Amino acid sequence: MRVALFITCFNDTLFPQTGRAVVQVLERLGHQVDFPFEQTCCGQMHFNTGYQREAIPLARRFVRVFADAEAVVAPSASCVAMVRHFYPMLARLSGDERLAADIEALRPRVFELSEFLVRRLGVEDVGAYYPHRVTYHPTCHSLRMLEVGDAPLRLLRQVRGIDLVELESAEECCGFGGTFAVKNADTSLAMLADKLRRVIDTGAEVCTAGDNSCLMQIGGALSRERAGVRTVHLAEILASTEEDARR
Amino acid sequence: MTLDAVVTRGHPTFEQRAPAALADSQLRHNLRNATGTIRRRRAAAVGEMPDWQALREAGRAIKERTLRHLDHYLLQLEAAVERADGQVHWARDGDEANAIVVDIVRRHGETAVVKSKSITSEETGLDAALSAAGITATETDLAELIVQLAHDTPSHILVPAIHFNRAQIRELFIRELGVPGLSDRPADLAEAARVYLRRKFLETRIGITGANFAVAETGTVCVVESEGNGRMVATLPDVLITLAGIEKVLPTWRDLEVFLQLLPRSSTAERMNPYNSFWTGVTEGDGPREFHLVLLDNGRTDVLRDEVGRQALRCIRCSACLNVCPVYSRVGGHAYDSVYPGPIGAILTPQLRGLAQAGSLPWASSLCGACYEVCPVMINIPEALVHLRGRVVREGQDARGLRGRLDPENVAMQAVALAFGDARRFEAAQRLLLRGAGPVTRAGAAPGGRGPLAAWTTLRDLPDLPGQTFRDWWRENR
Amino acid sequence: MSGAREDVLRRVRAALRDVPTGETPEDVPVPRDYRGAGVLQREEVAALFAERVAEYRATVHRVTQDGIAEAVAEACARRGARRIVVPPDLPDGWLPGEIEVVRDEGLSNAALNDSDGVLSGCALGIAQTGTIVLDGGPRQGRRAITLLPDYHLCVVFADQLVELVPEAIALLEAAARTGRPVTFISGPSATSDIELQRVEGVHGPRTLEVLLVEEAVTQSPVLRRQRNATRPAHVRESGRTGSRR
Repeated sequence: MRVALFITCFNDTLFPQTGRAVVQVLERLGHQVDFPFEQTCCGQMHFNTGYQREAIPLARRFVRVFADAEAVVAPSASCVAMVRHFYPMLARLSGDERLAADIEALRPRVFELSEFLVRRLGVEDVGAYYPHRVTYHPTCHSLRMLEVGDAPLRLLRQVRGIDLVELESAEECCGFGGTFAVKNADTSLAMLADKLRRVIDTGAEVCTAGDNSCLMQIGGALSRERAGVRTVHLAEILASTEEDARR
Repeated sequence: MTLDAVVTRGHPTFEQRAPAALADSQLRHNLRNATGTIRRRRAAAVGEMPDWQALREAGRAIKERTLRHLDHYLLQLEAAVERADGQVHWARDGDEANAIVVDIVRRHGETAVVKSKSITSEETGLDAALSAAGITATETDLAELIVQLAHDTPSHILVPAIHFNRAQIRELFIRELGVPGLSDRPADLAEAARVYLRRKFLETRIGITGANFAVAETGTVCVVESEGNGRMVATLPDVLITLAGIEKVLPTWRDLEVFLQLLPRSSTAERMNPYNSFWTGVTEGDGPREFHLVLLDNGRTDVLRDEVGRQALRCIRCSACLNVCPVYSRVGGHAYDSVYPGPIGAILTPQLRGLAQAGSLPWASSLCGACYEVCPVMINIPEALVHLRGRVVREGQDARGLRGRLDPENVAMQAVALAFGDARRFEAAQRLLLRGAGPVTRAGAAPGGRGPLAAWTTLRDLPDLPGQTFRDWWRENR
Repeated sequence: MSGAREDVLRRVRAALRDVPTGETPEDVPVPRDYRGAGVLQREEVAALFAERVAEYRATVHRVTQDGIAEAVAEACARRGARRIVVPPDLPDGWLPGEIEVVRDEGLSNAALNDSDGVLSGCALGIAQTGTIVLDGGPRQGRRAITLLPDYHLCVVFADQLVELVPEAIALLEAAARTGRPVTFISGPSATSDIELQRVEGVHGPRTLEVLLVEEAVTQSPVLRRQRNATRPAHVRESGRTGSRR
């Protein structure tokens, strides 16, 4: 099928390798990937920080850009949650019924990567090879808002060569929370400290997740601690093949 | 200075209070044990119930029905209580409620009362009002007694003395109850409290309780408790006064079947808490001869007015959200500066007290959603938090005119929104960041640097910046 | 304070401006897909009740109708209880000769406090939650007598038991409508306020003991009337064996 990639402003700017990985995986599975250049941002940062009036034009833009897509896929549960769960609230705030209708029409076609692969395409083995010890952190948006369930773990389990190890109290928030990480930095760090300890205790070489925002939080601390553990987005693991291992 | 800091000028914000709490190792330790324990037990108690989700749906719906027709049910409740020879009083705010209670006590010529657990009475500051009127109020709930004797304030809805360990309680009892040689075994501490309080129960003629539920159809007031002090206060005195927020009302007796299942498992993680007391007005030959129900507004109608925020009034005070909250379980209750802390407090307090006073609370959350998962009446706390953030920002922008628009955070957010509003502007901003960001990033992250970057880099590294954006890669390679 | 009443009601109505004028409370749907009735057989209900009550560290003894007095005697002997308070209408047949019985005809709180315990019946029991319910009806007396003594010995008939909370609430509706006070007792009093360790015994009776009566079937109409007097209507015996509801 034809998939429109919603890269997210965050990944587009800071983690382009995640976007490349999504393209690789989808094309490997035989699908065509479009990238609408008009896309910018879903508006989540503004919305969550209380600047909701400012997020309305961004929602309008998003809906316009992706209106005709058969499916929209993003490597970010938080952005997908913004569209599926909070765009209706923005529409109500705007009082624009046309926008509300357009949002309703688009919502069912917007997916986070792991739920797209497992639930929409029915695929768990994407032909990946990643010979590393990996632990998975379920992000709050993917777990509680999108309810992706065990889709990411199903995908990871099919990765050849992987040594998957369970993360203790995995469901606990890493402390990022968008601007929370800086506005309430002390509390964010207290939460991060526990997540960090649990990641390190797994003995994993790599910590993965479906959101680079969480990985930036966790990875930032792992790096500061010189823990020798790196963070890699789920898409990049799924894109990885024997060829990559040989390089 | 950010908008929310300005909005809450004069009142310490959550982010100002949190660091001290985070650094208090005794508090951190107590909270960690306590919340971890209750979390596990709650999960077990709820896991036993195949119809838990159905109960939550019913609980949510019953509360919705009640709130949408609150005036109808309040009037029905009043009539039912009066038919049963009870008296109903209405209070617009906490001061008025306190005055009503003081007046009742005075009319009986009494100077002492016994009280059972009532967060609502803490909300109104009833104890201080009674004291000012020369009336001694003995708190009979063990944790409230501890907090009262320590001249402290409660830090948790359900376990107000959660921030005390047994050694601290022992010292307190030795000093205040006059029991030298007391051990720190919980059983001995409880015995000391029992002896002290039994005398009070038998001597005191006026009792004050809160209410968990008040049934409109029958006029029945319900108190859910563990220790038996609620039964004592509701049964032994001659005069009983119950203080209840207007959101405590339920439509019918039958509706209790839902909440008597939701509340115990969500709060103390039991199939049923030790004691539930139900009474209606006055019953001859059994219990108090006089009953007063004081119905309290104190900002609840403000909460009701907000169509998204009003779901906070469904709250049945179970505290399940506190125990699963990664913020509350590290910071504790005092940082919220309210009798309602934690996730529910973050949405209820600003609405009750006004955004100007408690405007920092909606930001005291990473929006993880764990609270919503466990709320027995399905309050969508993350949705309400974000909604309230929006109200604070909008009211700040609108109220403060030019100064509001020039607020640094507002300026930054407007600039980013502008960049995001057009693909070419967006790409220009991206390139600016990746090429020119080096010095800016380093400056912002330097020790002594201020702002978001400094806050980030206190304990976290920044990621390496990529050589090119995703879209530039796409352009070049596809 | 009629000014306050009118103000509060006015504010409530103003706050609900978004609710359509014609909407009635019943227009707000309340889905009741939770369990309304239990599925266990009578013996299983009794067994579950006994198990759950015992989990609260309240002792349960299973006795027959004819063995109540003896069980009371034994319990009191174990407890060292010599003076027991009882509600005015407690059957003589439940009382052994060995103990001093004080019928409550307006006992003072001090007298209740000084007694060695209280013996009562109950309105019903809930098996799932191990709950005993008092509604001020037959064999229960007023609330103070089951509150002040430190020891509560309670007689529960197996056919006073229901499995789930909604069933109990339904059976109590009549008492609630007449305004009679109701008390749910699920184990002895407890607190978890000290480091979250559950500590038994703060204010209510610190020892709760239950005599669960699975009556031997008897043809005596007098005893049947006595038993029926303590039972919810739907489980009364009619004198014809095998007809229960």
